[in-house]
Amino acid sequence: MWDYSEEVKEHFYNPRNVGVLEGANGVGDVGSISCGDALRLMLKVDAESDTITEARFQTFGCGSAIASSSALTEMVKGMKLDEALEITNQQIADFLGGLPPEKMHCSVMGREALHAAIADYRGEVWEDDHEEGALICKCFGIDAVMIEETIRANNLSSLEEVTNYTKAGGGCATCHEGIEEILTKVLAERGETLSPVVKQPEPKAPLTNLQRIKRIETVLESIRPALQRDHGDVELVDVDGKTVYVNMTGACSGCSQAAVTLGGIQQRLMEDLGEFVKVVPASAMKRA
Amino acid sequence: MSEKANNDVYLDNNATTMVAPEVVAEMLPFFTEQFGNPSSMHRFGDKVGKALKQARAQVQSLLGADLDSEIVFTSCGTEADSTAILSACKAQPERKEIITTVVEHPAVMEVCKHLEKEGYKVHWLTVDKRGRLDMQQYIDALSDQVAIVSVMWANNETGTLFPVQEMAELARTAGVMFHTDAVQAVGKVPINLKDTAIDMLSLSGHKLHAPKGVGVLYVRRGTRFRPLLRGGHQERGRRAGTENAAGIIALGKACEMAQEGLEYENSFVKAMRDRLEEGLLAAIPNCFVTGDPANRLPNTVNIAFEYIEGEAILMLLNRQGIAASSGSACTSGSLEPSHVMRAMDIPYTAAHGSIRFSLSRYNAMEDVERVIEVMPAIVNQLRQLSPYWAGDKPAANPEAAFSPTYA
Ligand SMILES: Cc1ncc(COP(=O)(O)O)c(C=O)c1O
Repeated sequence: MWDYSEEVKEHFYNPRNVGVLEGANGVGDVGSISCGDALRLMLKVDAESDTITEARFQTFGCGSAIASSSALTEMVKGMKLDEALEITNQQIADFLGGLPPEKMHCSVMGREALHAAIADYRGEVWEDDHEEGALICKCFGIDAVMIEETIRANNLSSLEEVTNYTKAGGGCATCHEGIEEILTKVLAERGETLSPVVKQPEPKAPLTNLQRIKRIETVLESIRPALQRDHGDVELVDVDGKTVYVNMTGACSGCSQAAVTLGGIQQRLMEDLGEFVKVVPASAMKRA
Repeated sequence: MSEKANNDVYLDNNATTMVAPEVVAEMLPFFTEQFGNPSSMHRFGDKVGKALKQARAQVQSLLGADLDSEIVFTSCGTEADSTAILSACKAQPERKEIITTVVEHPAVMEVCKHLEKEGYKVHWLTVDKRGRLDMQQYIDALSDQVAIVSVMWANNETGTLFPVQEMAELARTAGVMFHTDAVQAVGKVPINLKDTAIDMLSLSGHKLHAPKGVGVLYVRRGTRFRPLLRGGHQERGRRAGTENAAGIIALGKACEMAQEGLEYENSFVKAMRDRLEEGLLAAIPNCFVTGDPANRLPNTVNIAFEYIEGEAILMLLNRQGIAASSGSACTSGSLEPSHVMRAMDIPYTAAHGSIRFSLSRYNAMEDVERVIEVMPAIVNQLRQLSPYWAGDKPAANPEAAFSPTYA
């Protein structure tokens, strides 16, 4: 049983704006009967104000498809067309208090129906940008073609990378075997094999104190020009283990931005060193 | 789950069943007083060992097996299926082909697909619009290259029965091992294995009022066998692992009760199912029975309601306290309707709206009448939302009236 929000149930049990809209001047038919979801969105657009005055729908589909359609019609009523085109599928899902990951495609269908209906009103042809291929990741609706092309284009070599680039495999994880098969195939074309071990970030040898100080200096050097432009400066005073003491001078030292700047420097240092450091004004240095 | 917990109507017995109260009573002592390990050399173990022996005899009796040693307890129907198919492959490494059908349960289908990837040639027997196999296609596939034939006794979605006894005879003549997934058939149709040529058979406890997590693989004496789990000597070395004693004892009791209830199943349960089918077909336009009504489990009816989607139907039924299941894509989180509906070439507009009602001896005629009463309004409500429907009938030429762009 899906874990549907109260809003989804409410819009499913009592859908708003159902049925044929007489005099509709923008109609969008989207979905796929093979997948079991199909939606016709009908809009009445006021030409003068470019505003949607009425919206109705007919949907063949599951609970969340019907709820998403109902939500969509409520959302767009009274909107200007350009405003309506800005609606994302996430906003439709949010309007419903969220959708289970496997059901996000229902909100995608809603958004596409809206684009199709507006295109119809404007006399344009709506192009769906779907690539045909066997569906691999059902949670995010990613198909084999998309995964294969992304692996090729970005020279990916692990499941984690595929998930990072395409989202595929980031939900329920049942498609991991399928993704690995595609990876294996593409890797074979490159003469590589899929590594059996999960890639760990390269374990870094801990920095010696001297190395750490040198890297800190390099980072500070790279930040200084920006500070100097604002008539400030930063100077490294001492490094005590993970604590970095700096002197902020000029415009920066007294200004309210000093703390922010310190935080920013700390962030930059941590990214570069790959370890935790604390940046502290030299004035806070304990007197030995 | 529901406001009406008291008079909930459960018509999803092919998914799982209520554990019979008598079965619960039988198993409970084996959690506390009789907790021994049957392999142990003391009386704690001894009592349990005797109870397991009785359970084995109860299963043997329901299956009509020659010997109680032909009964191997497993952790579920899925394990029994995997064990059977993989054992046949391991035991006859020179044979690299398998015969099965396109409508098997995933417990068989996915194993075969996996073996296919590993280089096996799988003969996927197709079905016609009624879900029936083509015997000629089967006969043509049989050869000395085939390691095993695995064909379900009854289909879980439609209840359609396959002629497994005849198919097993044909396999034996061709010198090929025969396995049947009888998870849905056991307890619903008479089975007498000693009079058949079936070499292996799977069953699952939770489909016949025993708990989940216990199953059986019947292995005819003399059948070449390789265990899936190796380890201790339990189940004569054919399935290692300390026995799920309480579960096995429960399954034994459930088999005894199923044997006693077989007559009831094929008269009263069947009568309720027939009334449900006839009532729904009479009250609702544009719906039809899927599968082969002439060759069907007594407890199952699968009806496709055209132009609406199954999950939506189930949600509205659930609100009325009625439980059933659907072959729609959405209920499983997959995007394809059930492979069984697709195999029978049921159009998408109907396949997504297929609903399976599966009864048990714990249902009553009132349950059936309740469904017949509420279903027409539910179907109508959803059809009013459907772009394929107009007023009180399908839109003129529905497929053309609405042909969306793939999104
Ligand atoms: C035909 C069939 N085979 C196998 C199984 C799997 O049985 P189990 O749930 O005990 O693993 C089922 C039940 O879902 C089934 O209907």
